[in-house]
This record gives sequence, structure tokens and C-alpha cells, in this order.
Amino acid sequence: MHLDHSHDGPSAVSADARRPDGSRRALRIGLGGPVGSGKTATVAALCRALRDELSLAVVTNDIYTREDAEFLLREAVLPPERITAVETGACPHTAIRDDISANLEAVEDLEDEVGPLDLILVESGGDNLTATFSKGLVDAQIFVIDVAGGDDIPRKGGPGVTTADLLVVNKTDLAPYVGSDLERMAADAKAQRAELPVVFQSLRNEAGVGDVAAWVRGQFAAWSA
Amino acid sequence: MSRAALLVLADGRFPAGGHAHSGGAEAAVKAGRVTGAASLEDFCRGRLHTAGLVAAALAAAAVLGVAPGELDAAADARTPSPALRVAARRLGRQLMRAARATWPSDELDAVARQFPKGAHQPVVLGLAARAAGLEPVDAAYCAAYESVSGPASATVRLLSLDPFDATGVLARLAPEVDLVVDRAVEAARRVADDGVDALPASSAPLLEVGAETHAAWAVRLFAS
Repeated sequence: MHLDHSHDGPSAVSADARRPDGSRRALRIGLGGPVGSGKTATVAALCRALRDELSLAVVTNDIYTREDAEFLLREAVLPPERITAVETGACPHTAIRDDISANLEAVEDLEDEVGPLDLILVESGGDNLTATFSKGLVDAQIFVIDVAGGDDIPRKGGPGVTTADLLVVNKTDLAPYVGSDLERMAADAKAQRAELPVVFQSLRNEAGVGDVAAWVRGQFAAWSA
Repeated sequence: MSRAALLVLADGRFPAGGHAHSGGAEAAVKAGRVTGAASLEDFCRGRLHTAGLVAAALAAAAVLGVAPGELDAAADARTPSPALRVAARRLGRQLMRAARATWPSDELDAVARQFPKGAHQPVVLGLAARAAGLEPVDAAYCAAYESVSGPASATVRLLSLDPFDATGVLARLAPEVDLVVDRAVEAARRVADDGVDALPASSAPLLEVGAETHAAWAVRLFAS
């Protein structure tokens, strides 16, 4: 996915696959999606599912300072030194797409300070349907929507729904209560995304984050191959 | 040199992290000192003639080849607030990344190695201008203009200020930006003979105090 070019300088300037000392950097996966769709809850569940098998860290991008990071700290999904909050000047989509410098510094500092790391999850603050991550920041991205946000979101498409490497339709347990048609959502998503995968999940069910965790494992296996 | 490189460096969309900083505007808005276009203009004028002048002179001196370590120490001495020093270094590091990717140069690589956590942003700005083949006056213009454009665009978000009014403020300040740049470049040229003490040391105590208060807030939109 990325050119494996190297720089002679003291630190990487972009998305180089190698760190300055020549070692392979961590896989970076971005999670974006509308406000309240369950991004932070998904990150927390992924940390619990993967932390015993992978060396993990999380970067959050909040609209206000540290709300999401503090949720993760309260939930104690990772030791505090593995969670970093980036301040975004009220524009999380700018910090994950147009000007990724603060996020790159955050992921590199995490690798320096708590590494070696296998995987860094970069969570975007709740934003709109056009928010996508720069390829200079992440290797793959997950877009999280939920059934309560309206079952027409997959039909409406947009860059997140259409191009994310994985689309997660969250809170499926709520579908009967909000009148969302899961089959229609699946058909619309298929029409927008062709062969790109879609996961329907409820973190309240026994399966929980299992499908998404399995997808992340697959990404990591490909990255470290 | 290409004068158009100045437009690349001065572009508000140059990806060097500035969008997350308000240049003290968020603290001033909260304190009730900036409430609209008129008070924004006063705020920006004050920042231009203090922090803006100092930044412009540092940037111009860096283009002239003054040792970055000396300039960074001079910037430290002119920045009493620890929070502002942290912010300036963070922005310097982000600008360094963008500059090295944009105008690769051995000199930038060496300074990045010397300051792995970042040198003061105006110093890096001057080095970036130098790598881009620009002149001291160009770097001074970038620094002086940034000292007012940052707070202006932040205030559009903070107060839902009419963006045309904010842009009008910047246009009215333009002749003063010219004057500040002249002074900054003149001071920078004296450094060769008189050392970094020739650089201006104008300071705005309320910006320093506001930055310290702002850094302690639990909820804020901007990093500084």
C-alpha cells in the first residue's frame, strides 16, 4: 500500500513503513464516523479483544480536548501511557486528512515511548459523512455508522461509507426500536461498496466486536507478512 | 529562487499544524477581550507589534544563516510562558516535518536531528524559507502575517464572526505588517555584528498570562 522509500534524516517525514532505526513501524488503522455512532466504544472493545495478542496504542482526535481519551482511560482498556489525545482546533477532519502533522507526531512519539508497537488505532472525533483519513496517516480505515442514525445512510453514500476499507454498522440491537431495516442497509451498502466488507455489530451481543477484531487481525497479518 | 514558493509557505493550508492553534484568541475571547471585528483588530494589532515582530525577526535571521541553536535560545528568552514555549516547539516540529517533505535539504535534516522535539516555530519557518530559496524579507512576511491570520481565522470559529469582517481586519492591518517586516529584517541584519541581542524582545504580557490560563482549561477548542 505504501512505497517503502526511506529517508536519511532523523525522523520519518511521512508514511514511511520503516522507522528511522530501520525497524518496521506499527500498523495504523483509522476509525471515523458520525457523532455517537460508537467509535470510542468500538475502540475500547478492540483494545480488550486484542491487547493480549498485540502491542497496542490509541490516538484520539477530539473536537474538545480529551473527552474520548478520558473515556478510554476510565474504561482502563490500556495503560494511560498508551493513549494520546490530539487537539484539533474544532476540526477533527482537518487533523486526520488535510494536515496530519500533529497525528504523525503522536503516533511516532507513542512508538518511541511505549514501543515496539504492533498496532495504533487512530480515532477521529465525531464528524460528518465526508470525513476520511489521509493515506499518509493510516494504512486502512474503518467507518462506523449506526442503525439509529437513519437506515438511509448507506444509500446516501459519501466518501466514508463508500471508500472505507471496512464499514461497520453499529448498534444492530436497536434496529427494531428505531425502525431501521438491516437488510435494506446491507443491500444499499453492497451497492455503494461492491466487494469492500461490511460488518453489522452490536457491542451488547455476545459476538461483540469479534468480526471487526478478526478483520483487524487480517490487516495486521498482511502488514507484518 | 521562485517567489511563488512564498505562496506555498504562507498558504493557510500548508500542512504544518497551525489550524489547531488560536494564537491566544481563544483565551482572549473567553476573557471578553475579543468580542467582534473591532476588538479582534485591536488584539491582532497588539500581537503583530509584539509576538509578530519577534517571530518575524527570528525567521529573517534564520534565513540569513544565524545558528539555529542561538536563535532557539533567543526565542526561549523572549517567551516567558512555558505553555507558549511548548506550543512554539510543537508547531516548529510540525513545520519541520512539512518543510522537509516539501523542500528536502541537508540543513533541515541536520536541524531536525539537533531538535528532535522541535525548535521554536519562527526559527523553523526561517529555515524552511531558506530551504525554499526565499529571502529574509519573505520569511519575515510569513511570520508577521501568521501572527494575525491565525487569531483571525480562529475567531471566525470561536465567535461565529462574519468571515468577511475577519478578512477585512487582515487587510486593514496590511500596511502595519509591512512596517513590522521592515523593522524585523533590519534587526535580523544586525545580528551578524551585534549577536542575537539585536533581535527585538517586545512582549505582550496578557498573551503570556492568557496562554498559561488556557493551557489549564479542561475543555477548549484550540491547543493554544
